[in-house]
Amino acid sequence: MSALNKPISNRDRSQTEPAFVRRLLIAIALVFLTLFLALPLGAVFSQAFEKGLTVYLDAIREPDTLSSIKLTLITAAVCVPLNLFFGVTAAWAIAKFCFPRKNLLITLIDLPFSVSPVISGLIYVLIFGLQGWIGPWLQEHDIRIVFAVPGIILATIFVTFPFVARELIPLMEAQGKEEEEAALVLGATGLQTFFIVTLPNIKWGIIYGVILCNGRAMGDFGAVSVVSRHIRGMTNTVPLHVEILYNEYNYTAAFAVASLLAFLALITLAVKSVAEWKVRQELENQ
Amino acid sequence: MRFFKRQNNVLPGFGPTLGFTIFYLSLIVLIPLSALVFRTAGLTWGKFISTVTAPRVMASYKVTFGAAIIAEVINAIFGVLVAWVLVRYRFPGRRIIDALVDLPFALPTAVAGITLATIYSPNGWAGRYLEPLGIKVAFTPLGIVLATTFIGLPFVVRTVQPVIEEIEVELEEAATCLGANRWQTLKLVIFPMLLPSILTGFALSFARGVGEYGSLIFIAGNMPMVSEITPLLVINLLQKWSRRYAE
Repeated sequence: MSALNKPISNRDRSQTEPAFVRRLLIAIALVFLTLFLALPLGAVFSQAFEKGLTVYLDAIREPDTLSSIKLTLITAAVCVPLNLFFGVTAAWAIAKFCFPRKNLLITLIDLPFSVSPVISGLIYVLIFGLQGWIGPWLQEHDIRIVFAVPGIILATIFVTFPFVARELIPLMEAQGKEEEEAALVLGATGLQTFFIVTLPNIKWGIIYGVILCNGRAMGDFGAVSVVSRHIRGMTNTVPLHVEILYNEYNYTAAFAVASLLAFLALITLAVKSVAEWKVRQELENQ
Repeated sequence: MRFFKRQNNVLPGFGPTLGFTIFYLSLIVLIPLSALVFRTAGLTWGKFISTVTAPRVMASYKVTFGAAIIAEVINAIFGVLVAWVLVRYRFPGRRIIDALVDLPFALPTAVAGITLATIYSPNGWAGRYLEPLGIKVAFTPLGIVLATTFIGLPFVVRTVQPVIEEIEVELEEAATCLGANRWQTLKLVIFPMLLPSILTGFALSFARGVGEYGSLIFIAGNMPMVSEITPLLVINLLQKWSRRYAE
């Protein structure tokens, strides 16, 4: 534990706390984080594998589980590209140009983050539900949106809406537009400039935004549970399936399916850490 | 009349990108949210008041906001401590722990919910030891506080952390030169600098905690008047309402 005793670089002994205080604070932080973060994470996997690998695999291979995984993958496959495209266009307009009410626009883009997930689902029920604005018309034409797959996708787009944009806007603002201007002056077309000059610069920012967007798209529960009818094998995403299994006291299966989502969360965290580090590096190289 | 005056900017694509941004924003966010506002505005004022102040609703506010305040006070204290330790001290495993702080962001809320409920249920990993002491966590308001703390933690840590990183060593040196001991430096120099970010983190995690649904319903017990949270009440009312109007 000799590393503990060394004051961090460029700080002499008078500028940090006494060694016992440092150790005490580190110990408190570690105990707190273990109780609040590591313990739940460990519990997911331990519960999932409690009855052995066969039970675990059976729980995952169960047809209803597979169909919920499929629905979740479809949802993410629709939401992530749409929000990615939106994020890049919005960041281009906001970061590279000046226009009035820019801050208002940025605030509005962040809006879905400050809306409760339950409300995010509710608003689509209010529009497309039977008592909603265009619900009766949809019913006449036999189109189902809420309590069906399109509703789930819409609600997921809503809750994952800001991720890519809010990551790219500050990054592209910090990078400025000199490089793009140089490319244009040298005769590149607009699209060439974007793909050859801008895209490599914001690559890690995009990866960062996409991985967060994807994590939320696959894991969202509140909004989706309002717009889904919770029909097994049809309108059940993975998190909803976890809920059903749990409420049926099928704990091992619930945690087996939950462990898939926990894996996803760990991968998300790993990619996020790498991307964060790369983005910082790129900004420092500017 | 041009709303946007011509810019001195050679970059192309302003019109299409801004146009698409506003179109998509309106379609996905603004129009649906306005539906909520109009639907609420459709109620008469008296009915609105009586709906939002019904005893069961009031009880759910008390549970939701009360739990969120307690949880965010816990988060403000421990979150600052964690941020401080992560920035200022070096110890083995620091980077992994730094990454782990974002777990509540990344872990789907339903997974967090069932896990916390299981750990703190009477025969769970932690509940087993708390039960003999007479502390019931799962299915009580205490469980709501716990789960709200879990989801709120990264907000405080991640808002305070960059501020601690930015503090210049000169300020602390000046304080020491002027005769302050370490505790005085922390209290009188560093804490006031951190306070705005602590409050921001508090507000962010509070907002998240109040609207949270997934991680709370499993541990909350959901007893009307005692441990029913407002978002769940919204869902219950909605289900009753759609059942009434169904077919």
